Amino acid sequence: MGKQIVIQPVSRIEGHARVTIQLDDNGNVADSRVNVVELRGFEKFCIGRPVEEIPRIVTSICGVCPWSHHLASAKANDAVFGVQPPPAGKKLRDLCNSIAYTEEHILHFFFLSGPDFVMGPDADYSVRNVIGIAQANPEIGKKVVRNRHLGAEMLEIISGKSIHPVTAVPGGFSKPLTPKERDKLLPMAEEVLEFAKFSMAFAKENIFPKYLDTVKTLGVINTGFMGTVTDDGTFNVYDGKLRLMKPDGAYVDFTYDKYTDFIGERIENWSYLKFPYAKAWGEGFSMDHINPKGIYRTNSLARINVADKIATPLAQKEFEEFRSKFGRPAQLTLLYHWARLIELLYNAEHAVELLHDPEILSRETRIPVTPRAARGVGCVEAPRGTLIHDYETDDKGLVTNMNLIVGTTHNNAPINMSVNQTAKLLIKDGKYDQGILNRVEMAIRAYDPCLSCATHDLNGRLAVRIDILDSLGHLINSFKN
Amino acid sequence: MATVAEEWLNICGGCEVAILDLGEKLLDVLPSLQFVHMPVLMDHKYFGQTGEKSELEIPKADVGMISGGIRNEKEKHVAEEMRKQCGVLIALGSCACFGGIPALANMYELQELYDKVYRGSKSTESGNTPTIEIPPLTDRVYALDEVVKVDLYIPGCPMNPAIILEALTALLSGKPFSLPERSVCDDCPTKREEKSSFNLKRPLQDAEFTPGEYNTLRCFNEQGMICLGPVTKSGCGKPLNGGENIPRCIKGFMPCRGCFGPIRNDANPMVDMMSALSAIGLDAKLVEDRRATFNRYIGGQKRLRPLPTAGRRE
Repeated sequence: MGKQIVIQPVSRIEGHARVTIQLDDNGNVADSRVNVVELRGFEKFCIGRPVEEIPRIVTSICGVCPWSHHLASAKANDAVFGVQPPPAGKKLRDLCNSIAYTEEHILHFFFLSGPDFVMGPDADYSVRNVIGIAQANPEIGKKVVRNRHLGAEMLEIISGKSIHPVTAVPGGFSKPLTPKERDKLLPMAEEVLEFAKFSMAFAKENIFPKYLDTVKTLGVINTGFMGTVTDDGTFNVYDGKLRLMKPDGAYVDFTYDKYTDFIGERIENWSYLKFPYAKAWGEGFSMDHINPKGIYRTNSLARINVADKIATPLAQKEFEEFRSKFGRPAQLTLLYHWARLIELLYNAEHAVELLHDPEILSRETRIPVTPRAARGVGCVEAPRGTLIHDYETDDKGLVTNMNLIVGTTHNNAPINMSVNQTAKLLIKDGKYDQGILNRVEMAIRAYDPCLSCATHDLNGRLAVRIDILDSLGHLINSFKN
Repeated sequence: MATVAEEWLNICGGCEVAILDLGEKLLDVLPSLQFVHMPVLMDHKYFGQTGEKSELEIPKADVGMISGGIRNEKEKHVAEEMRKQCGVLIALGSCACFGGIPALANMYELQELYDKVYRGSKSTESGNTPTIEIPPLTDRVYALDEVVKVDLYIPGCPMNPAIILEALTALLSGKPFSLPERSVCDDCPTKREEKSSFNLKRPLQDAEFTPGEYNTLRCFNEQGMICLGPVTKSGCGKPLNGGENIPRCIKGFMPCRGCFGPIRNDANPMVDMMSALSAIGLDAKLVEDRRATFNRYIGGQKRLRPLPTAGRRE
């Protein structure tokens, strides 16, 4: 066997990972696998807790998307208690979700992935970061920092706590929005909307045209997709049904509680992190990046692919342009970034729209609930993919069983496949440099993986083990961090 | 100009986002800081930029910051390396300070967690616990100071940006920093009558209040709904840009769950909370899931341990 290349840690992602690439005697990539070797245990230590406390515990699965876990948990609680929140309660949750999306998409596009495009994939590591962007373009840097933070400030006004929130409760929202608070929020939400428009225009002018060749080649795989849509097929990130689409565009829709009929999780003896796959397709599971089986993806590109339309005007316009350019389903992995900017626009528009809705000021935000023995499944679209929270309780309302599938876990197999594709594409005859290795990381960053989320099972730190296989799939070597 | 290295161990990433929540104030501080290592935002690698070195290298730094507790040997190694390379070491957030939410796992044996994940999950095709080449986990979740010496603690789940700024400013000007030994109740605007005429109840319905007016809200404990304010360190509500200092969960009209940790290092919040409830006439023994609730963020430092299986609720 030839030389082995280690990238550690994978940086500018949420959580920890390592990539090891094994070269053959000619200096070409033999093969690689990314293995996750740690876990956390929320599904165990939430058992025995009062179910209404869970929305305040599972937030700590992820400090980047705590609202997603908070809301999925509150929705699972609604189902357990058998209630639907009053309209204002639902709208306040929806509002917080959209504001959180703007904050997180700005974070990912500009702080985490942006440096690859703005400073360039080959730039020195000391400047290939958000501080580098801020120093090279102080005006943009200031705008980016301010607009991400506006999201956090808005969430504090609405709910008191932007990270690890507490206000989504079984049956609704713990406090109404006052007219005074609304008046404070509106100009902030409008400023973020302006920034969302700027981001899309900026990327379409300065980034996407420049990197078209990279988009067409880096991380490219062909898979199915899953995301949330409303009853009439409209894009939605807070509520709806799940839509699972095959690579050829055919799809089925199903309600949250039926997820176990469509998705299975595989255990591989070389990874703690499980591998969800579309068991309903009946074709089994294979991560061969040229001939995958049972593989679907989640997150921005998936949501844009499964939706028939978007309900806000500016995002709808971008959606139409995107679809006419790239088809349905669009497969190119770096298009995740483009799809993310369409979502930034939708959520910014949706937040302004909700703040103009008089019903959101209603005093009726919550209905009281009574403990009972039941099962409840709650889903939301986390920025990184579909979040499934499935709880069972006893007659005192204490948790007796819990099952979670989170956004990044759905993308476990696809991330492996894109890394493998990229390494094979770029590393030839033993030649590589930090710019090429950074491109391998760019294939990972496109998925905006949240490895804290993915490792909720036992341990927040993601570590990986890479197995090197020969062309017949036999284990030749393996590496771990 | 001070050099800074930041690492995250057994984390969720919320403390790193809290640093970004300094907002435009971050841009004011940045010129006096030079980040030399910070995986979340920059590409400095452990083993050289193309993986050419064999030893893990973290650059020397005046200030080291670590979020997250410790759950495996690898994290322990990184913590030790950080301690060696950094002049001052700061524990960021309640996971680093006390173990945090992940330390709720300290109520169980490791094997029980594996059994649940691999053989007790409805969507998973059950199998053996993966065993090939897996780095050893520590027996439980450790707070950072159980493994290396910590110079400065900034608690919170997550930290409060105003306090991060205060700590950094103190550090840069060579002044000491610590949080006062005050409780969340000391900052709480709710009405108190020092007694409760209610029975204990779970927060399954609204508290009574006039929206936007915190002083119309009766103290949660006096309403019979458990609030950990009496045993929790104050500071969470400290405003970054002026404005009122109101504990942040109270701002959401929800009771405190203790995320800033104990008021004093040697305190026993479990015992103190029981006496706080008794003092207003409530029967603390009736609190549902008392042990996990009163120790929610502080299960490291041996505060939470596995009970014998027989006496345990499942």
